[in-house]
Amino acid sequence: MDTRTADEVHVPQQKTSWLEFMKTHFRDYGMLLALLAIMAFFQVATDGTLLRPLNMTNLVLQNSYIVIMALGMLLVIVAGHIDLSVGSIVGFVGGLAAIMMVRWGFDPVTTTIACLIVGGLIGAAQGYWVAYFKVPSFIVTLAGMLVFKGLTLALLGGMSVGPFPVVFQRLSSGFIPDFFGGEGFNYTSLFIGVASVIAIVYFSVRSRANQLKHDVETAPFGLFVAKNALLALFIVAFCYLMATYRGLPNVLVIMAALIVLYAFVTNRTTIGRRIYALGGNEKAARLSGIKTERLTFLTFVNMGVLAGLAGLIFAARLNTATPKAGLGFELDVIAAVFIGGASATGGVGKVTGAVIGAFVMGVMNNGMSILGIGIDYQQVIKGLVLLAAVSLDVYNRKK
Amino acid sequence: MNAILEMRGITKTFPGVKALDNVNITVKAGEIHALVGENGAGKSTLMKVLSGVYPHGSYSGEIVYEGQERRFKDIADSEELGIIIIHQELALVPLLSIAENIFLGNEQATYGVIDWSVAFARTKQLLKMVGLNESPETLVTNIGVGKQQLVEIAKALSKKVKLLILDEPTASLNEKDSDALLNLLLQFKAQGISSILISHKLNEITKVADSITVLRDGTTVETLDCHAGEISEDRIIRGMVGRTMADRYPKRQSRIGKTIFQVENWSTYHPLHSNVQVVKNVNLNIRRGEIVGIAGLMGAGRTEFAMSLFGRSYGQHTSGRVLLHGKEIDVSSVEKAVGNGIAYATEDRKTYGLVLEEDIRKNISLANLKGVAKNFVIDDIRELAVANDYRGKMRIRSPNVFQETVNLSGGNQQKVVLSKWLFSNPEILILDEPTRGIDVGAKYEIYTIINGLADAGKGVLMISSEMPELLGMCDRIYVMNEGSLIAELDVAEASQEKIMHAIVKSGRR
Repeated sequence: MDTRTADEVHVPQQKTSWLEFMKTHFRDYGMLLALLAIMAFFQVATDGTLLRPLNMTNLVLQNSYIVIMALGMLLVIVAGHIDLSVGSIVGFVGGLAAIMMVRWGFDPVTTTIACLIVGGLIGAAQGYWVAYFKVPSFIVTLAGMLVFKGLTLALLGGMSVGPFPVVFQRLSSGFIPDFFGGEGFNYTSLFIGVASVIAIVYFSVRSRANQLKHDVETAPFGLFVAKNALLALFIVAFCYLMATYRGLPNVLVIMAALIVLYAFVTNRTTIGRRIYALGGNEKAARLSGIKTERLTFLTFVNMGVLAGLAGLIFAARLNTATPKAGLGFELDVIAAVFIGGASATGGVGKVTGAVIGAFVMGVMNNGMSILGIGIDYQQVIKGLVLLAAVSLDVYNRKK
Repeated sequence: MNAILEMRGITKTFPGVKALDNVNITVKAGEIHALVGENGAGKSTLMKVLSGVYPHGSYSGEIVYEGQERRFKDIADSEELGIIIIHQELALVPLLSIAENIFLGNEQATYGVIDWSVAFARTKQLLKMVGLNESPETLVTNIGVGKQQLVEIAKALSKKVKLLILDEPTASLNEKDSDALLNLLLQFKAQGISSILISHKLNEITKVADSITVLRDGTTVETLDCHAGEISEDRIIRGMVGRTMADRYPKRQSRIGKTIFQVENWSTYHPLHSNVQVVKNVNLNIRRGEIVGIAGLMGAGRTEFAMSLFGRSYGQHTSGRVLLHGKEIDVSSVEKAVGNGIAYATEDRKTYGLVLEEDIRKNISLANLKGVAKNFVIDDIRELAVANDYRGKMRIRSPNVFQETVNLSGGNQQKVVLSKWLFSNPEILILDEPTRGIDVGAKYEIYTIINGLADAGKGVLMISSEMPELLGMCDRIYVMNEGSLIAELDVAEASQEKIMHAIVKSGRR
């Protein structure tokens, strides 16, 4: 009995051409291309100011906390939820750090650890209601947003508190030391850049070899080389630029380490896989033996810790804690994740996408400020870009 | 008496399945016409064609209603002419009042402003007609299912109904409510309203029907005239099930070992209504290499039983013991149930079985990620090898394992679900409607896979509403009705008639 039906006949695997591959993987590369286009535009429009080492350093410092929170927000959104409270947590934890160090005289290390724990506890408090009581996350974190905004005001008594010990300030304003003693050139930074390029190339060659061995569809060889070469060039050029100024900022190293960590967790670990399954189909995930409640809870705890870290970095950057710190950050973070291709219904989204999304927002903020566009129209443009990016993604997915 | 409705040569196909094949039915004006057939015989599809859910053009054949050929574009079209369908799952909004529900979409309004005094007055009238003594302002959620059914009928009456279609109206009603409803139908008949009654309860049908049309496998078998002489239930059942089953099921030589799985005194209650017992003291066992079936009508509690067993995924106050190889095992969470060697492949692949936006590979490994991971890190090459292995063994048809499962056909989706559970390496597989919505060719393959599992020494518990499937596949069949196992039949002595009789008999008690 031949049981095949017409639509099921095996299609032999064909060699995909560049163009076809790009078409089918548009979602993977589309936003990266958009980011490069935006950077190119501002580079020209600002007469080369955008890519100057000083400005690049500023760009990283200005966006690090958004990127860091976008990592946590990505997991929350992939799990099918949202967290509106992160801006308020940034303010609260920054305020707490200030009170601990300036008023109570704790050392920066103790303060940092305590603040990260507090961030996690705040995330846990909110995640508890979302995961175990099934209160919609929108409501819980809206409540959290108000509560912690209020508590920040109460904690700081409506005043700014600072300045911080120098060690703590280095979290944001410090640069990695140069071990090679270059005059006006930070060799360590360049070394780190080259080392990471070697690591990236090594891992992607190995994974490609593995894929080929197991007959997996891979990007065409030319594209593979071009992609790696571009990435390598980008990283080395970036590190070189930074090295000519003061080197890589500490916060960039922290951020990069976290990006790598979260990319790994989402792509390669069981917990990452489970979060995607949870967001994609909670019922199916639960019937596959995944503890969906606990997993939801943990994504909020994680978000809390990262928001706490962002709070510390932001406070260190301003060298003072103000009641207004963190105001509206949640919007930038959420926008970054959605621009990066995450789905509002959960189950879809990538760490690299969220990071690119954050830099799209960051570069536009930075570029428009250099061009002297007022804060009013900056918001209008950012809003339209968010809408355009997500519409394009929805349109693409429908096809 | 002339006919109010004639459906001639109705044929409706879904991709890969012919749901209706040249069906003819004639309903006379002012009669109660019963439509009977097994689950999947095509009754609901036929009614969807009639009411315009499947619009003209999506089927072939013609519908003549009140002497004219009709081409309904949607439900509103057929409702306008007085054809009203009441579905098995009631379509009421629980948190709106009776009056609001009755006039939903048909509000007593001028320029969008509702005249509540008119609405309430008319609701009172309508409620009186159906014999329901409730205030129009009562919320629907606060009245029982029987009364909700009456609200649905009142809603139909508010639309000047001429032909009332009831799909299993008494399925969830107790005897008293059922009788009241049937009497209401007789009253309507006296007023000249025709009805089509779809029901599995043959005793009710013989009580009220004027004629009976029997469907089987999407074709009309016969139409029986109840006034030409007494029609017995046996006569109807014979019409419903008489079919040949040659070669639809792969042959298997059962090698049955000793008992490996037992369930003792299993009970569970409805998740929202803690006083409604959905599964009542179920005792069953499975032997090594045996395929055991659970037969029953929809709503008999089979899925609820299976899901409550599988990590308490359904119900509350669940009690009972589960034994594997004579030792009691903990099945209180899905993780523990899976860990103890139980797998449950759901009846609803898309809602409970698959993460549709993810590919075949990720779906297969989902229930056993530890099997492809080392210290929480997924070895993607191993995962790929596993997925490719199952893709070959199960003959999942796709270009590769990176295909999103949403794009697969029903049969291939089911193979992915089965692969997922086989990879979790269970001793006992519970398969809930494993061939629902799958075309004949793919069904054969699924059957072959199931036989292979039994041959490999696993115990298989198969829930199916298709009795021929159970008779063709199982070694032993339990019959479930209203939450209890009411019969246990060896396949050698089992027949569709016997199963139906058991259900009909217990339903009457």
